[in-house]
Amino acid sequence: MTNPLLKVRGLKIGATIYPPGEKSRDIEIVHGVDFDLAPGKVLGLIGESGAGKSTIGLASMAYGRGGVEITGGSVEVNGRDILHSGLRDVRRLRGAEVTYVSQSAAASFNPAKQIMEQVTEAAIFQNKFSRQDAEARAVELFRKLGLPDPENIGSRYPHQVSGGQLQRCMTALALCPQPDLVVFDEPTTALDVTTQIDVLAAIKEAIRDTGVAALYITHDLAVVAQVSDHIMVLQQGAMVEYGTTDQIINAPKEDYTKALVSVRSITHEEKQPTATPVLQVEGITARYAGTNFDVLKDITVDLHPGQTLAVVGESGSGKSTLARVITGLLPPSAGQITFDGRTLTPDLATRPLEDLRELQMIYQMADTAMNPRQTVGTIIGRPLEFYFGLKGAEKQKRIQELLDEIELGDGFQDRYPAELSGGQKQRVCIARALAAKPKLIICDEVTSALDPLVADGILKLLLNLQKIEDVAYLFITHDLATVRAIADSIAVMYQGNVVRYGPKSEVLSPPFDDYTDLLLSSVPEMKLGWLEEVLEHRKMESAGN
Amino acid sequence: MHPILTLVAQRLALGFLLLFAASILIFVGTAILPGDVAQSILGQSATPEALANLRAELGVDQPAITRYFSWLGGVLQGDLGTALTNGRDIAESLSSRLGNTLFLAFWAALIAVPLAITLGLLAVRYKDRWPDKLISAITLTTISIPEFMIGYLLIFFLSIQLPLLIGGMEFLPDGLRSWLLSNLRFSSVALMNDSMTLIEKIKSITLPIMVLTLVVLAHMMRMTRAAILNVMQSAYIETAELKGLGMLKIIRKHAFPNAIAPIVNVVMLNLAYLVVGVVVVEVVFAYPGMGQYLVDHVSKRDVPVVQACGLIFAAVYIGLNLIADIVSILANPRLRHPK
Repeated sequence: MTNPLLKVRGLKIGATIYPPGEKSRDIEIVHGVDFDLAPGKVLGLIGESGAGKSTIGLASMAYGRGGVEITGGSVEVNGRDILHSGLRDVRRLRGAEVTYVSQSAAASFNPAKQIMEQVTEAAIFQNKFSRQDAEARAVELFRKLGLPDPENIGSRYPHQVSGGQLQRCMTALALCPQPDLVVFDEPTTALDVTTQIDVLAAIKEAIRDTGVAALYITHDLAVVAQVSDHIMVLQQGAMVEYGTTDQIINAPKEDYTKALVSVRSITHEEKQPTATPVLQVEGITARYAGTNFDVLKDITVDLHPGQTLAVVGESGSGKSTLARVITGLLPPSAGQITFDGRTLTPDLATRPLEDLRELQMIYQMADTAMNPRQTVGTIIGRPLEFYFGLKGAEKQKRIQELLDEIELGDGFQDRYPAELSGGQKQRVCIARALAAKPKLIICDEVTSALDPLVADGILKLLLNLQKIEDVAYLFITHDLATVRAIADSIAVMYQGNVVRYGPKSEVLSPPFDDYTDLLLSSVPEMKLGWLEEVLEHRKMESAGN
Repeated sequence: MHPILTLVAQRLALGFLLLFAASILIFVGTAILPGDVAQSILGQSATPEALANLRAELGVDQPAITRYFSWLGGVLQGDLGTALTNGRDIAESLSSRLGNTLFLAFWAALIAVPLAITLGLLAVRYKDRWPDKLISAITLTTISIPEFMIGYLLIFFLSIQLPLLIGGMEFLPDGLRSWLLSNLRFSSVALMNDSMTLIEKIKSITLPIMVLTLVVLAHMMRMTRAAILNVMQSAYIETAELKGLGMLKIIRKHAFPNAIAPIVNVVMLNLAYLVVGVVVVEVVFAYPGMGQYLVDHVSKRDVPVVQACGLIFAAVYIGLNLIADIVSILANPRLRHPK
């Protein structure tokens, strides 16, 4: 590599943390990382949350998010050491030579300004282009990124375009000033798979056409394999492995990389339906108050005791609404729900305690599902008191049993949620649901906010607990890999309808309906050239039609 | 219909409803006031017959409901009734008083609002550094001192000590000294009459303007600071930083437009205070405004005047808050530009 565009040596990054009830202290989150990036190349930074990949990405703009500070090492962009230049020089670099695409374009666009103004702002401010040229360039980028109505989309406000479109606008924002390097920070993570594939293709093409170099940060190895030339695997702020994309995917050397490549290796034998389902949803139609369209249209599904029904679909398909109807939070306008042989009343308020107990829920955000001021023991103990009236030593014993079941050791009882990792929090939520000895647990995207390896652990735990407790799961997810891992039967939802429903083996085997085909083929596969294959295949199909 | 129009129409309707409710409250409140206007006019030695006659003459012997509706009917036609104590038309005496109050409030607001918002922006720009702390310290000190105290302090230093100080500066040329003396005069009495020019009027109320500014500054400044700091946590501020924009530009261009709603709310609250809450300042500077007029007539049990003043204060309060609401609605891009 002759003149690297970005040269990072011994990069150390620290932060100040404020643990509850303790003195604040400084910790190091990146422990000396080295890498080079040649002009026009793409380097994938991969790792789980907390691996320091975003922090490293932002360090290439000499930026520390929140209380994060670069404590050592050097970062050179175009031969200039940016860590030791003044703020004025750094500001000239940001938005001109290096630009940034964030995970959530929805939050990263100013809601009060038109898209065009924000996309061209850096280019104009940094004197790269005149307003007129910058706007012409933006329109060209909008067109290249496949945005509808590229001439006029800039005059819209961020809330007036969809999430996938806004993510492309963010890419246009980053490319508009003609930078040398773009930092893509999980640019497709928040998108649905069918949207992700298009945005991914648009980003890849834009990178190729403009010849810009990129740092592509993601936790999804299958995604990064599609766009990058090299991959660096990070774990807890240190480099684990660095190599070409081909080598990392096909011949990983380190154990950690191997685990990342082979993640989602759970195999689950599908169980046969029993005689009587524990949950029967019949002809459910529902809409939210004040709206005039049905979010759920005539939904009928069954769930058998001790089995898992996966409800899969994209955001807005109505899968979480189905959970709200079953739990009684949203009374349906038609249809009925039979649970364990009894007809459930539509409204939560009128349900007997027994129904409440036997139907529990686990949520996507374990953080917000727990009272931050209660200890784990109190959180798990509450349903024991509420449903079974347990007190004192008896309650303590049961709490400890539950903690053992979710594989958390001693000493967790007195901890607060803030002292737990993401996976541990979700485990506590599982224990809280189990404490009620339910017949059915509704799991709403319970692994979506977790890293793949942690998510794997949660899924294994859930499968294990299903065997022991004989509890049924209604598993809501957008992630098809999770579905494969855990489901006995599957309902595919699209725009409020169940478009495909049946045992797992049937639903996941051809012939597919159009939507299920689109959904299944959009899930990134961990092999090189997958993206091109799929796009080629789709092009041929649409040409054939 | 555009959703904004619907929302604004809703707010307006609500405002009128509130005003109507306020009129009932004011009426009930004044009706249950202890004391008897006839007694206070005629004195303790009045005979029961004389009292009864006067009550009938004033109409206070009618049932409350009848009195309320005849009062409300009059108000709707712009007739606020006549003062019981001096028989003058209330609307007439009120209009010049209200004019004075609004005049003072206008000039105080003209200085206080931009000053408070600018200080708030500066406090954010230099957050946790000395300019921020200094701004907070000064404004919090002035809000903590009672208004009348600030008034007297200003009178003491600016009306009394300053001329003495200038007079004592013998090293200055006489011409400059007399120019300073005549131009740096802060009147301790805020006179106000129709023959004064605008400049004279403003000069006359310089001290009350200062007092009011000092009183309302802190609240608006702190809210501006808090609202903008809140917005500064947003991801789009990071986007702006990563574009290389400077801090002041980020605050002005990206943070402020998203903080307008809370800022306008607190500004309007303070504007309302400038109109409704100036009684103390008016008394200190003997300013012929609404507050003094109200206080005078409360002590005389002159119920129609109290009601009229109450209603006007309520209207100002509701009106300004209505404006704040509407501005907040207009400031929301989601409502202004629906999908």
